[in-house]
Amino acid sequence: MLAARRHIRTLALCASAVAAFSVQSAARADELVVSAAASLTNAFRGVATAFEKAHPNTKIVLNFGASDVLLRQIVNGAPADVFASADEAAMDKAVEAKAVVPDTRHDFAANSLVMIVPADSTLTGPSVRETLAKPQVKHVALGNPASVPAGRYAKAALEREGAWDIVDGKAVLASNVRESLDYVARGEAEAGFVFGTDAALMPKAVKVAAIVPTPTPVTYPIALVKGSSHATEAAAFADFVRSPDGQAILAKYGFRPPAEH
Amino acid sequence: MQDAWIPLALSLKVAGWATALDIVLGVAAALALARWRSSLRDVVDALLTLPLVMPPTVLGYYLLVLLGRRGPIGAWLDTFGVRLVFTWQGAVIAAMIAAFPLVLKSARSAFESVDPQFEHAARTLGMGEAAVFFRVTLPLAMRGIVAGALLAFARALGEFGATLMIAGNLPGRTQTLSVAVYSAVQAGDDHTANLLVIVTSVVCVVVLLVAGRLVPQHSLLTSR
Repeated sequence: MLAARRHIRTLALCASAVAAFSVQSAARADELVVSAAASLTNAFRGVATAFEKAHPNTKIVLNFGASDVLLRQIVNGAPADVFASADEAAMDKAVEAKAVVPDTRHDFAANSLVMIVPADSTLTGPSVRETLAKPQVKHVALGNPASVPAGRYAKAALEREGAWDIVDGKAVLASNVRESLDYVARGEAEAGFVFGTDAALMPKAVKVAAIVPTPTPVTYPIALVKGSSHATEAAAFADFVRSPDGQAILAKYGFRPPAEH
Repeated sequence: MQDAWIPLALSLKVAGWATALDIVLGVAAALALARWRSSLRDVVDALLTLPLVMPPTVLGYYLLVLLGRRGPIGAWLDTFGVRLVFTWQGAVIAAMIAAFPLVLKSARSAFESVDPQFEHAARTLGMGEAAVFFRVTLPLAMRGIVAGALLAFARALGEFGATLMIAGNLPGRTQTLSVAVYSAVQAGDDHTANLLVIVTSVVCVVVLLVAGRLVPQHSLLTSR
């Protein structure tokens, strides 16, 4: 009698565990996964909320990270529906890897690259190169150029100014642009390179020392992922991002409209 | 092959220093805990064992907040010109704290299993406390301590989360093997990632073989 009760209890526990897992893993059919560059974190949260209000049947799942890393996730089978990167290079890689539908690729925003220093820093210099060459600058935070668009823009700009060698010896490679921002905000790096919109998020912790002109303009493209099972909703989201409403939300966070081609 | 040598050398240096420090601190703490008769003993033991159960990123964050330039300890160290964030010394601290409980647990267990009769006998023969420790207690506990040290070395070698947070990813300076693999995978550089993984696996196998020589297999995970 006692053994039977124990068996029933064990069975009930197992059954509820299985039920709990199946409830959690049941994906809603109307969920849209958007993989977007780390610098779009705050802006896209706002865009997603507005989109969900306008489309009550769709839920947006946001996935932020360095653009190249997001692309590798998609290439390796991650179920993303929309991909928004922080430079054309990442989107070019996506097209080459046949991860996105090429016809759906559109630019939707522009940004600026800035050099930031901790808010209480007294570091100044006549040029970016001379500022970074100073001995008091021991660590320069920037995204890893191999996987982070912000790092690529920074490296290209620094190479053009002949400052890359100086930075290369002092570089702290961050895995995404927000990590570079964090390093400077904590005062661990004396200088760093992030987007203007990122710097604007922490006015008390960092200040912009210089706006860095980049050889190619900082442009954000968006595209639909190939093989998505929510193609219509994905297209609706991408259209919303480029619509006046979406652009207004992006503008609130400091993004500019993309340059006309 | 060049790509792998520097992270390998760095990993061995960091793990070596971390294990050495852990042996000294771990044995001291284990002895103190083994001998201490108090109800607080278990609380202190639990606190010292915390790094074993804490997620490495949580540990790394605590270290960053404490040892960063704006943190309480970091700011004080900064007055002496000592910076731990983004340095291999910071990586040693992270690995040391992560691996400490392994030495502590093994050493304490080893000390507690030393038969007190041997120590009493030594005292009756006129040995001072220090001599009793070094010539009787320590040799009897050595097996357990060495086992703990080997586990700590392996743990320190593989430390990633806390190391990445406090030491960052600085090629040639703090990019240990595990950070280098992470960086290569992020960059899509599968060739380098594969090479690093093979090197790491070989090193781990070598460590286990050495461990098997020093300590018989069956007693590697016990104190006897």
